[in-house]
Amino acid sequence: MKREPPQSIADYGPLFFPAGMLLIFFVVPFGTMIAVSFFQRQEGGFYTPAFVFSNYERFLTAFFGGVLGFSLMLAVTVAICCVVLALPFTYLLSRLTRRLQVIWLVGLLSVLSLSEVIIGFAWSTLLSRTAGLSNLLVKIGLLEQPVALFPSFGAVLTGMVYQALPYTILVLYPAIVRLDPTLMEAARTLGSSPIRAFFNVLVPALRNTIMATLIMVFIFALGSYLLPQILGRPQHWTLSVLITDQAIYQSNMPFAAAMAVFLVLVTLGLVALTLLIGRKGEKA
Amino acid sequence: MSGLVLNNVTKQFGAFTAVDDVHLSVPHGTFVCLLGPSGCGKTTLLRMIAGLEDPTNGTILLDGADITDVPTHKRNLGMVFQSLALFPHLSVGENIAYPLRIRGAAREEQKKRVDELLTLIHLPGYGDRPVSKLSGGQRQRVAIARALALSPRIFLLDEPLSALDAKLREAMQVELRQLQQKLGITTIVVTHDQREAMTMADTVVVMNGGHIRQAASPIEIYRKPADTFVADFIGSTNLIETKADNSGAATMFGHRVTGLALPAGAQKATISVRPEDVHLTAPGNGAIDGTVTFVRDLGGTIETFVEAGGQQIIAVSTPRERPEVTAGQAVGIVLSPDVCVVLKQ
Repeated sequence: MKREPPQSIADYGPLFFPAGMLLIFFVVPFGTMIAVSFFQRQEGGFYTPAFVFSNYERFLTAFFGGVLGFSLMLAVTVAICCVVLALPFTYLLSRLTRRLQVIWLVGLLSVLSLSEVIIGFAWSTLLSRTAGLSNLLVKIGLLEQPVALFPSFGAVLTGMVYQALPYTILVLYPAIVRLDPTLMEAARTLGSSPIRAFFNVLVPALRNTIMATLIMVFIFALGSYLLPQILGRPQHWTLSVLITDQAIYQSNMPFAAAMAVFLVLVTLGLVALTLLIGRKGEKA
Repeated sequence: MSGLVLNNVTKQFGAFTAVDDVHLSVPHGTFVCLLGPSGCGKTTLLRMIAGLEDPTNGTILLDGADITDVPTHKRNLGMVFQSLALFPHLSVGENIAYPLRIRGAAREEQKKRVDELLTLIHLPGYGDRPVSKLSGGQRQRVAIARALALSPRIFLLDEPLSALDAKLREAMQVELRQLQQKLGITTIVVTHDQREAMTMADTVVVMNGGHIRQAASPIEIYRKPADTFVADFIGSTNLIETKADNSGAATMFGHRVTGLALPAGAQKATISVRPEDVHLTAPGNGAIDGTVTFVRDLGGTIETFVEAGGQQIIAVSTPRERPEVTAGQAVGIVLSPDVCVVLKQ
């Protein structure tokens, strides 16, 4: 069935409301932020309208470049860890009975209700020397004495993966449930063990979903600024942490805005690149 | 013996018994159709042969070896699913080559075999096309080629033609049978379409309620149905209650049918008479009295509905032997004893 293209202005009616919302809550604030990023900062105060590039110039240093690189690396690592963990988990989940699936999904949703602060402090306790998991390892004789597992990169990664995993599973779940279960059975009748079939049938068949999930988790992780501060050392701080620091503690709005704009541009660039590579791979 | 043997195979899902104590032996190279209404256990039986379901009880032997506990991917079988289950991310050629790739066959060998199979299924040169660009019938053939790529020991098909339109389905039935005869491969097809079963099978296995009701050649199933279910499920039939009279001879509608013997000691029995075996004559002369209620003239065949003793009897005839009758007319029904099949109770 082919739909008629809209004829009159009134046919576009249903679009007005979402377009208006998008304008008020996204385009206007984002435009304001871009404008502010070119403003002149007043020392110890606020900022005055201007058109200077100093905020962007200040950003182009090895220090901020390093932080940007680390932020991207961390977000990519979180995305990959989440998808690698969530894919087999969600596949096994989809094979359970309806009842058990619902129980698992409700459990995952309840993890989503935890705030980032709670997740951060919970993990900092779990990874601490005095009350943490390493005490268990000492009990079962795997460690000589308890150690502090935080602050460290591993701790930041653990916390962020923990936070993003429920999202990952909930995004993958519908696609995996909809996948024809006979595809895996067919692979088995053709001589593939279940584990091989997982890798050479399920994963390629879900290629687009996996790509979209990676991008979603990547962007989600890029915005994280509390967990790196709670669970990491200053060298594990992300650009989001620095933006918060500039905007709130240093009252340097123009610089914070410039960093935010830059982060958005880099993110968009990376997503576009990923989609481009994905499309090429599909054609080949 | 060579071939496939099922011994006491039972499958329970919770309290529900899908397949109940089934015995079946399929000699090497035969074409077997599992036929029955939906929910009769035929697909479950096929999936157990494939290893996709574990039998609750019983053993499955292939060429004398017990394969009951052998995982699916080590059974060396080819299976075509109802959904076809072609891999959407692979081209036609890659789909067919998949089992060869899994076995680590060399690239040239894969290509040679794919070309061979594409020729076999009359789709030469289709190797590079995406699966999504094929028609229903073409996909069907690709699924068959993929299942046959490794020359499997048994070829299983689960309602393989159900997604095709009627005309294509009839053509594919003939094609599938010819392919099976050419390759001489042991083949088991699940279907609910009796025409499909009659067209293709050496042996038709009629199932209902998890049991095998009858396993025999198509013509025997049609001519000598074992019980009322088989008689009714295969083609159309007239089921007539017959009683034994004082002398032990069979009577129906108060008429004695000479030459028809009921099982020893039975007081009554149901017999099956195919509509084409019902002969209509002028009333009287020892024939069963009936009244024509409706004549359905389909051109190729004529169905005459006759009421006799409160029961409807259908007679089918060809235009050449058209009974010149109209609704309301009194006729005589003649049933010769050799067309009456006494059914098991």
